[in-house]
Amino acid sequence: MRLEPGRLLAAPALLLVLGPTAAGLAGTLLPAFGWLPALGRETFSLEPWRELAATPGLPRALLLALVSGVGSTLLALALAVAIAAALHGRPGERRLRRLLPVLLAVPHAAAAVGFAFLVAPSGFLARLVAPFLGLERPPDLATVQDPWAVALTLALALREAPFLLFVILAAADRPGLDHRLAAARTLGRSHVAAWLEVALPALWPALRLPVLAVLAYGLSAVDMALVLGPTAPPPLAVLVLRWMSDPDLDRRFVGSAAALLVLALTLGLVLLGRLAERLLARPFRVPPLVARAVDLVGRTGAVIVPASALAGLALLTAWSFAASWRFPALLPTGPDLSAWRAALPLLGPVALATTGLALASLTLALPATIAALEAPGRGRASALLWLPLLLPQVGFVFGLQVLFVRLGLAEHALGLVLAHLVMVLPYLWLVLRGPWQRFDPRLRAAARCLGCGPVATLRRAVLPVLLRPILAASAIGFSVSVAQYLLTLAVGGGRFPTLATETMALVAGGDRRRIGVAALLLAFLPLVATALALLPADRRGRPVSAGAPRLVQVLGKGAKRLSMSSSVKLSPAAPPPSTPS
Amino acid sequence: MRLGRRDFIGIAAAAAAVGAARASESFAAIVEKARGQRVFFNHWGGSPQINDYVAWAGGELRARFGVELVSVKVGDIAETVARILAEKTAGRTTEGSVDLVWINGENFKAMKDNGLLWGPITPLLPNFALVDTVGKPTTLVDFTVPTDGLEAPWGMAQFVLFHDTARLPDPPRSIAALGRWAAANPGRFTYPAPPDFIGTTFLKHVLYATIDDPRRLERPGEPASFETVTAATWAWLDAVRPHLWRQGRTYPANKEALHQLLDDGEVDLSMAFNPAEASSLILAGRLPASVRTFLFETGTIGNTHFLAIPFNARAKEGALVAIDFLLSPEAQARKQDERIWGDPTVLDLARLAPADRARFEKLERGPATLPPEALGPVLPEPHPSWTELLEAGWARRYGRG
Repeated sequence: MRLEPGRLLAAPALLLVLGPTAAGLAGTLLPAFGWLPALGRETFSLEPWRELAATPGLPRALLLALVSGVGSTLLALALAVAIAAALHGRPGERRLRRLLPVLLAVPHAAAAVGFAFLVAPSGFLARLVAPFLGLERPPDLATVQDPWAVALTLALALREAPFLLFVILAAADRPGLDHRLAAARTLGRSHVAAWLEVALPALWPALRLPVLAVLAYGLSAVDMALVLGPTAPPPLAVLVLRWMSDPDLDRRFVGSAAALLVLALTLGLVLLGRLAERLLARPFRVPPLVARAVDLVGRTGAVIVPASALAGLALLTAWSFAASWRFPALLPTGPDLSAWRAALPLLGPVALATTGLALASLTLALPATIAALEAPGRGRASALLWLPLLLPQVGFVFGLQVLFVRLGLAEHALGLVLAHLVMVLPYLWLVLRGPWQRFDPRLRAAARCLGCGPVATLRRAVLPVLLRPILAASAIGFSVSVAQYLLTLAVGGGRFPTLATETMALVAGGDRRRIGVAALLLAFLPLVATALALLPADRRGRPVSAGAPRLVQVLGKGAKRLSMSSSVKLSPAAPPPSTPS
Repeated sequence: MRLGRRDFIGIAAAAAAVGAARASESFAAIVEKARGQRVFFNHWGGSPQINDYVAWAGGELRARFGVELVSVKVGDIAETVARILAEKTAGRTTEGSVDLVWINGENFKAMKDNGLLWGPITPLLPNFALVDTVGKPTTLVDFTVPTDGLEAPWGMAQFVLFHDTARLPDPPRSIAALGRWAAANPGRFTYPAPPDFIGTTFLKHVLYATIDDPRRLERPGEPASFETVTAATWAWLDAVRPHLWRQGRTYPANKEALHQLLDDGEVDLSMAFNPAEASSLILAGRLPASVRTFLFETGTIGNTHFLAIPFNARAKEGALVAIDFLLSPEAQARKQDERIWGDPTVLDLARLAPADRARFEKLERGPATLPPEALGPVLPEPHPSWTELLEAGWARRYGRG
């Protein structure tokens, strides 16, 4: 392989992410094969795998992981695509865009509790109908924690659909798409059919990795499964958590094997997904009936997705002020402010520390991500940046802890920043990769022709045009950092109280009041961040990435300066390069 | 029992501690050394009452001893055990990040077996002399495992059940009666899914009630004879299963979820390991005021929870001072106060000075707390090997989905 200096641009990001990831992986891999000297095991064996295979209920646990992981991903994707198809370019889109940050800011665990209170047999919907059915006691129906994980699948899909919709709408802000849609409609295609046939294939490359991230999350995350999933047996990821937190430390061996099984399952499904993608990737024609069905699903989904999340959030808010709220009462008694009185002090130094930590990891992660994206050939190695999102966190924190202790970074602020970066950077890369790939190379060429070096090109040509995706990615990275509980505690050792560490332990206490407060506190900072990130775009009222004229303006200023030292002149009338005329 | 190196150290240290004068002399030195230390106390942080109590203790320790107690709240103490294990794996045998942990039972056994604890510590604590080690034998034997002084008792626990008198005035007071009641009231009873701690403890009560010779449970359970010995246990569980909440197809994840089901009116019974828990949940508005506590007539399992210092703790002296303060009559009485926490003391009230005894005598009990004399016989925890066998047997039968 020829070594180009440019390739090294990806090195910092790869080092920062893959170093800890490799350590985390080793910390799972070695015990999975029976090796953990701290527990007196210094030989390799297949015993953990035999124990895993002999676990009663393992087939069902695997099946539940598949049902909830794959089912929720497909459902979320279908919902997001249908909503985008039905609403794109219509008045409803703007309203939904405004709501998306709110939906994305609610922590998963809180979303699960809100959803549970909505649909449980003693929940709000049951209370609405109770008077008409003469119910004095909640019906004995498994509307949550059902044996087939239907509730979990639905809740995961409703929580992830806004994320995918966010990605779709962000990717749809590109020059030329609207013209092509208009052309398709001129050719007699309906609004929805045109979107599915023209926009979806064009947006798919930007959507692919986020979909796989949703899949990996659905397979490996436990916070929603603990609230909404079945318990006997639970989905596989919850089994991993059970073993890893078993008082009997020898259970860590089978837990590690199970964590690897989750990883293998995820990787297998990712490959299967790529295969399916290749088989399905061909031009298609949407029959009118299907288009009408998609339109209906999209319009309904555009109501149900935000409504269910907002209802959950509203119910949690009501709970946070409730003295008591028993079936079949429609309204709580109260108000009882004790939960808030206990939590409000957190909004001082703790909220500040949380913000500082998130900003610090962003400050490191953003330049590293941009450098990796600038690496020539879009470095295949960079695809590895995505790895941390595939790993089940409970299985992977142990090795990370060992690494940070070895490096003397445990309980240090820098260590904590670096640990957060491992989770933040992959999301930045995921969100920014699409915009970077779509960036018109001719703009770069123009800047270089004007005498800009690589750094000046980046600063004057690339960054201004991609400002909006960068801000959006930063807001997501910020939210990811704020939500880290296990990682913060594992590396910080309690030295750095954050909103997550101070409130998530209370979630374990199961008090809906405290959970409501925790949800609102944890949603607060991401909401502020997202609002700030969206502000510049909103003020101008149109997306920056479609702003080639602005690029000309930016370059124009530079060009004026440049033209004093050279004879290059820029024509301000240059047409936006990628817009078909 | 095979005696390990630690056991000998324990015996030697205990003998040394007989010289009480020497102990208090050395404790004065410990207090001196502790001044200015920061003690990172890792504890389950799921209860605001407990967190507030720890915050109070922190304030007192700072004012009296110049020790700063930093509360590290975790959702599951296993996270802390894993952290200490990670430090051992990385070779960090001193300057560890955890100075004090709140543990018992299996977590203690795991930490003891793997050399993750420092000690023995109890011979160094002046207030340990006030502990009721005779009347409360579980202060020395944690789930049948000898503590060897590696952990200091902090509070007492006894398994209790809750019922809502508004819906169920006369609850079933034995396993047999519970089975009949569940069959007559389908969908109104369930228990947390083992291996949840409370769920497994409930199974142990079924085991106690259905096994021919309960004395067998003091000895290790044998996998070979387990199925025959426990045939009646599984017969009871099989019979009750179709009458459980959700027909026994799923179970609540833990006692918090079960309390919520009771509060939501989805079930009529709940269970816990603290005789005052129902009262404190009523005070917090998390259970109806009509909820009361009851026990099985033949007794329920009792145990003790402890404080311990990890092998690589940085502020060992500070941790010792903190433990000794938490064992003081003042701190123990405050902990037993149900308006504060409601965790029963480990101390022997007869050994206290009259003024200190008065602190306990003036405490009021909450509406749902049984008086100590009504708590009935305390069953010992079965040998830990039974836990494993029970959980595995349960998973084989009911955990396949």
